[in-house]
Amino acid sequence: MNLTRRDTIMMAMGTAVAAVLPFRVSADTDAAIAAFTGGAEVGSEGITLIAPEIAENGNTVPIEVDAPGAESIMVLAAGNPTPAVGTFTFGALAGAQFASTRIRLAGTQDVIAIAKMADGSFVKAASEVKVTIGGCGG
Amino acid sequence: MISRRDFLQASMAASAIVGASGFGQWGRLAAQQALTQDQLLEFDTFGNVSLIHVTDIHAQLKPIYFREPEINLGVGSNVGVVPHITGADFRKAYGIEDGSPSHYALTYNDFSSLAQGYGRMGGMDRVATVVNAIRAARPDALLLDGGDTWHGSYTCYQTEGQDVVNVMNALKPDAMTFHWEFTLGSDRVRDLVNDLPFASLGQNIFDSEWDEPAEDFQPYKFFERGGAKIAVIGQAFPYMPIANPGWMFPEYSFGIRDERMQEVVNDVRGQGADLVVVLSHNGFDVDKAMASRVQGIDVILSGHTHDALPEPVLVGETIVVASGSNGKFVSRVDLDVRDGRMMGFRHKLIPIFSDVIEPDAEVAALIDEQRAPYPELADVLGQVGDDTTLYRRGNFNGSWDDLICEALIEQREADISMSPGVRWGPSLIPGQDITREDLWNVTSMTYPNAYRTEMTGEFIHTIMEDVADNLFNEDPYYQQGGDMVRVGGMGYRIDINKPIGERISNMTLLKTGEAIDPSKTYVVAGWASVNEGTEGPPIWDVVEAHIRNLGTVNVAPNTSVDVVSA
Repeated sequence: MNLTRRDTIMMAMGTAVAAVLPFRVSADTDAAIAAFTGGAEVGSEGITLIAPEIAENGNTVPIEVDAPGAESIMVLAAGNPTPAVGTFTFGALAGAQFASTRIRLAGTQDVIAIAKMADGSFVKAASEVKVTIGGCGG
Repeated sequence: MISRRDFLQASMAASAIVGASGFGQWGRLAAQQALTQDQLLEFDTFGNVSLIHVTDIHAQLKPIYFREPEINLGVGSNVGVVPHITGADFRKAYGIEDGSPSHYALTYNDFSSLAQGYGRMGGMDRVATVVNAIRAARPDALLLDGGDTWHGSYTCYQTEGQDVVNVMNALKPDAMTFHWEFTLGSDRVRDLVNDLPFASLGQNIFDSEWDEPAEDFQPYKFFERGGAKIAVIGQAFPYMPIANPGWMFPEYSFGIRDERMQEVVNDVRGQGADLVVVLSHNGFDVDKAMASRVQGIDVILSGHTHDALPEPVLVGETIVVASGSNGKFVSRVDLDVRDGRMMGFRHKLIPIFSDVIEPDAEVAALIDEQRAPYPELADVLGQVGDDTTLYRRGNFNGSWDDLICEALIEQREADISMSPGVRWGPSLIPGQDITREDLWNVTSMTYPNAYRTEMTGEFIHTIMEDVADNLFNEDPYYQQGGDMVRVGGMGYRIDINKPIGERISNMTLLKTGEAIDPSKTYVVAGWASVNEGTEGPPIWDVVEAHIRNLGTVNVAPNTSVDVVSA
């Protein structure tokens, strides 16, 4: 085979300069949780967070959160430079306390949802979403 | 009153003792050195329902050699449990005699010498004979295809899967799920699926734009068999757009979606299902995990990780059946389904010894018809050396990939080469001709371009860590089910029990013996990139040129990967 270097350029995983290490929880995340809960104790029952285990596309990751009886639900991407995703607020007449959206993840990290319940208590769910280079599946 | 769990366990124990799983018999047959078709098919029909499972055929219509892995490590709760035991440990676990047919079929030791004696395995014409024999005993048996069917050969590539579809249709499956099929491109997959005379299933195949179940596939299908209402739920490979090029099927999204699996199970139970079967391409460890999280599944027919297990694994009240790959095995599962419950089962992993099982004449003719337009299949490119077996399976390297990595370095003037850790690809034994068909059996794919690029040492490390975590993450839901990326020109040490970022160390450039410098740039050649627009010649051209240069292919044992698994 006769291949010149010019013919044979390139490209594979090279463009995806992805870091594979899990992103650390940023200080902003802890601050956002503290601001939302006022430092109150946070339980884990009564909230369901659905996120993919491995993101098909880190730029648009579908998530769903369901917390029956919640007044509001805050969603955080704990490792993003700006962790705040949004806070969903439900009025008294809301038929369900459920939200689904798509979020952007800078890398492998936890997605966190915290619900403020009608009685003033808080519950939290977290799910690790992996962002991977991919390839090599058998 | 006997509980359902007791019942299952009693049934399992009985099958192990009387050999209904097929195993005890193989050992005796070995002593006689006389296999017959009747013995391979012997089965005391049980209950009122029969399932026949084939999976991961990878377009192997003709009999092949396939060496099972030497290294197949488990992590977390899967350390040292099936399918993560191999060789002598595997034979001991199932009471398999050394040198027996099941030794040859299920373990790697002495592969080339046993292959001389026992011959090739598989062949869809032989599989047809087995399926017909089971249907003779149980006319309404369900034939279920676990996917990775329309990929992996020269003729499958040239016909975009049509050859395999034509042959499989002759076997009359009842349902199928999918993985590599999607790499034909979504338009082609839809064309083929729309014409299938059986159900195309995948509860986890979604429309990526709307995040709703995709219209072209059904989540499940009901069958009435033996007076029972059976729901077969499909589970396609969850990580398709990650492990394979998502740009080839951008309309679809996958994922494990076990919450939806639970909803679908509840739904079919609500509609009166007496038996719930999941036809899965999750991979074995993922299926075990799913069986423990989703309640109400009776049987998981597991595919993707190419494991062949002589007995089902019991998880809670779910039996998980693994049926091997490349047409080497057919699983028969007979079930006693009464009063809305599975009361017991009998199982046999039927090995398809191609010299023992008579080919079905009609299917054999159909296979020949698919191959007739391609006489170049038989072109001889070189020979396998007397001390070399070419094989792929194993967590870290195989001689086929060593050869491919060497071809990439030599033909593409690279420092380092990478070959994907796929689990398909039959083996060749010493002295065999290497034909064009053989080469395509280990390289055929729709994104074959052999790239050549520059990467820093740090980026190479990043890739290695990323792939290692897809294989050795302790949570099976984060495993993609392939093997480790194969590397040429570079040695490394891997500690599989460390977290991501800490598994890979001692990366060494073999040609100089120097440590890989994170900041230095290396020329890397590889193939099967999932990125759109990858340039370079197809890998089969690169490897053919290298084989023709060598004439006789000898591959020395690879000692460049130092594995720490304790």
